Amino acid sequence: MSPAKPTKQIVLDGLWRDNPIFRQILGICSTLAVTNVVLNTAVMCISLTLVTALSCLTVSLLRNWTPRNIRMMVQTLIIAFYVIIVDLILKAYWPEMSTQLGPFVGLIITNCIVMGRCEAYAGSNPPISSFVDGFFNGLGYSFVLLAISVVRELLGMGTILGFAIPYFSSPYWDKWIIMVMPPGAFFVLASIIWLFRSIKPKEVKK
Amino acid sequence: MNSIGSEIWLAMLTCFAAVFTQNILLTTFLGMCPFTSVSREVKTAAGLGGAVIFVMTCTAVLNWLAYKLLVYLELEFFRFILFIIIIAAFVQFVEMVIDHYSPKLYQNLGIFLPLITVNCAILGACLFMVIRQYTFIVTIGYGFGSGVGWFLAIIAMAGIRTRLNESRVPEGLRGPGITLIIAGMMALAFIGFTGVLG
Repeated sequence: MSPAKPTKQIVLDGLWRDNPIFRQILGICSTLAVTNVVLNTAVMCISLTLVTALSCLTVSLLRNWTPRNIRMMVQTLIIAFYVIIVDLILKAYWPEMSTQLGPFVGLIITNCIVMGRCEAYAGSNPPISSFVDGFFNGLGYSFVLLAISVVRELLGMGTILGFAIPYFSSPYWDKWIIMVMPPGAFFVLASIIWLFRSIKPKEVKK
Repeated sequence: MNSIGSEIWLAMLTCFAAVFTQNILLTTFLGMCPFTSVSREVKTAAGLGGAVIFVMTCTAVLNWLAYKLLVYLELEFFRFILFIIIIAAFVQFVEMVIDHYSPKLYQNLGIFLPLITVNCAILGACLFMVIRQYTFIVTIGYGFGSGVGWFLAIIAMAGIRTRLNESRVPEGLRGPGITLIIAGMMALAFIGFTGVLG
């Protein structure tokens, strides 16, 4: 288990050095499917960051009272608890978004990042630093997915957040339909990973 | 009689769609984590894939029944927790049964079963089934089809990756990068089946 780290290092690790997506392709399952529109991605990312941070906080608070052999079950239940809250809030105040995201909000429960952070960090560290760790890992994850969704929506539909972008929405730009379809997500994610690994190839090697 | 016949036909159509055009891995990206990490060898990939087919079919059916109960009790918001618990319990149960009756199969399959509990594809299939309001027979077809689709995708990926060892891939793309690009191409190929069966 990793020892407690200074806050600045947690922030840097979560956002960049140990970025959950570049380091280990974790947790893309639940969110990649909605990256064809920036707005949906943003909502998903906010939900995921909140769930990660709050679950880490709770897991950390309960860490001394959780028997080791059932900790996975306890963590899953804590995560599910927050996901249900997010789901209910979305359903109540933003029903259209809730139907568009469909099952993907619920799938945050099985997102490897949430579980991974709870298990790797929050399970053995004090609450506040766990909260910060969960929050910044969520942010690090969000910024990659937002980058993917910006590329996909721009190239595929010529818009960003629904606003038409000059040139890309004009007839001169032949829209790349493939970008809004599922294969586009694979290609964009692969390219982004390629780009980032080329920038810092040394650190990636374990 | 006629309605049961049409139900079964619908179930077969749903099954086909789940295998090809709406492949749970290649179109909704569920189950990516084991997909990228366990697809190095065809044999292990086949083991995991087989386990996924079995667990997915059974849990989809179980969760369909459980969801009906929740609707009856008006506790639909509770479904995430219930589904997760049913999946985890079912996997645990299967593990015990296999361990008891067939230690040999347990050795081959045992290590994959715990992985399946956190496989997003299983929970995803259950949630899709609820949202699309499938009937019981269609649910069987859908669960089985999704499992087979996942199996096909991981087997194909493992086959391609063993060949990949001999090819020269750019430094930064090695590992996950190239896997994702291949998955993208596979997704393109699978989407090509759109319209085959109406």
